Amino acid sequence: MVNYTDTVWMLIATALVMLMTPTLAFFYGGLVRKKNVLSVLMQSMIILSIISLQWVLFGYSLAFGPDIGGVIGGLDFVGLANVTMKPLEGQTIPHQLFMMFQMMFAVITPALIVGAFVERIKFSGFILFTLLWSTLIYDPMAHWVWGSGGWLADLGALDFAGGTVIHITAGVSALVFALMLGKRCGGGMGSSPHNLPFSVLGAGFLWFGWFGFNAGSALGVGNQTISAFLNTNTAAAAAASTWMILDWMINKKPTLLGVITGVVAGLVAITPAAGFVTPMASIVIGAGGSLLGFVFVTYVKEKFGYDDSLDVFGVHGMAGIFGALATGIFATKSIGGADGLLYGNPKQLWVQFLSVVVAIVFSAIGTYVIFKFVDKVVGLRVEKREENIGLDLTQHQETGYTLID
Amino acid sequence: MKYVIAVIRPHKLEDVKAELEKAGVHLMTVVDAVGCGRQKGVTEIYRGVKEVDNLLRKIKIEVAVNEEYLEPTIEAITKGAYEGNIGDGKIFVMGLEDCVRIRTGERGKPAIG
Repeated sequence: MVNYTDTVWMLIATALVMLMTPTLAFFYGGLVRKKNVLSVLMQSMIILSIISLQWVLFGYSLAFGPDIGGVIGGLDFVGLANVTMKPLEGQTIPHQLFMMFQMMFAVITPALIVGAFVERIKFSGFILFTLLWSTLIYDPMAHWVWGSGGWLADLGALDFAGGTVIHITAGVSALVFALMLGKRCGGGMGSSPHNLPFSVLGAGFLWFGWFGFNAGSALGVGNQTISAFLNTNTAAAAAASTWMILDWMINKKPTLLGVITGVVAGLVAITPAAGFVTPMASIVIGAGGSLLGFVFVTYVKEKFGYDDSLDVFGVHGMAGIFGALATGIFATKSIGGADGLLYGNPKQLWVQFLSVVVAIVFSAIGTYVIFKFVDKVVGLRVEKREENIGLDLTQHQETGYTLID
Repeated sequence: MKYVIAVIRPHKLEDVKAELEKAGVHLMTVVDAVGCGRQKGVTEIYRGVKEVDNLLRKIKIEVAVNEEYLEPTIEAITKGAYEGNIGDGKIFVMGLEDCVRIRTGERGKPAIG
């Protein structure tokens, strides 16, 4: 039976999550050099288009179709066949709405990876990589964790809104991609953001959209929805302050970039836990995700010298891993899901750990293979000359800003 | 005829303009610039990565003057831009070959003022 209150909320939540992709575009766009701003915005906008289509054509079917062997969803829903207005079992919203809500997650996940290869990616290779990655990595992963019959779901893995499915996969894939692609030419590892205000706008709207991302994952309106909403805000707040304090102590000045990075880290960390933990736990989860992100972004990246340009692994990967494990510690059935370690159920932490490892290994190997293939067939990196001129002009023949009118 | 180029701190522009007005110099071109001299540079920090010796924001004022206005112009700019610290700026004086007023076609001394 369709519950129209749930439906109204889920329509709004779907729109909120959709907003996050163009917003992410600006978050990333502000952080790169002027000559590459359009390329970054373009990548997000075109992912929105391509994956929206891929999803209704076959992505949704692979991810959420009737289970085959716990591994994949099959082809029953290809072209939205059998996807009607009638709710799926256990849900109260039209099936097509559930499909659309999930679409927005499928869209934003590859958009996150963009941060690893900005300023040097070849557009054609990028498109092919994105299509293959979504189909071969995201869709199966979504099925394993969220599909009914998915093997990780059957084991009891908890991932409320996609800490594992979205952030760990994107983060790890980003790391592998960055390692294989190589650093930006000259002056790469730390050029100033050309428009930090863009990035702040981005972060603000990401925080806003994340209410749809997390609270919407309740798939309706109820106590769990409220909990997820509150947890999301609380974690983001704790994370922002944590990063600011760390920045102040270690880098001597509180930075705006630090605060907005912290915000994202906190939102990522609470994503798998949002519907399962208490608000007080959210403070710990947000702060912890932020701290871990800070360490990786500040020390680990420099030590190992990889150019994960916009810290996709440092923020999404690490905070996602932390959040997934924290879920195993702090989850309580009184809010939702299952009990975690703190409530006398150590097994949950073990299942979380397993799902984290699976996500890491699957994403890493999958990205490696897809990268090699696409690089061979189309190529993934632009020439040095093109990189120096900038992607906006060389890949799109456009400039973001005019100097004189 | 001389061409005067002055590099000053951005926030001193209004003071310099006021002093130039007092000296009877009303015509100028102002450009945004980055640069450094003995001031070394500024350090910015983004996600923990320090960028040292970044060029500082400056303002470049360019004025074409007739001989008799040269010293008053230099004095005015100096007075307006002075703070007493490294980074106050510099004034460069160059000889000016010719000057043309586009609207009337006047050349030389009359065209400058």
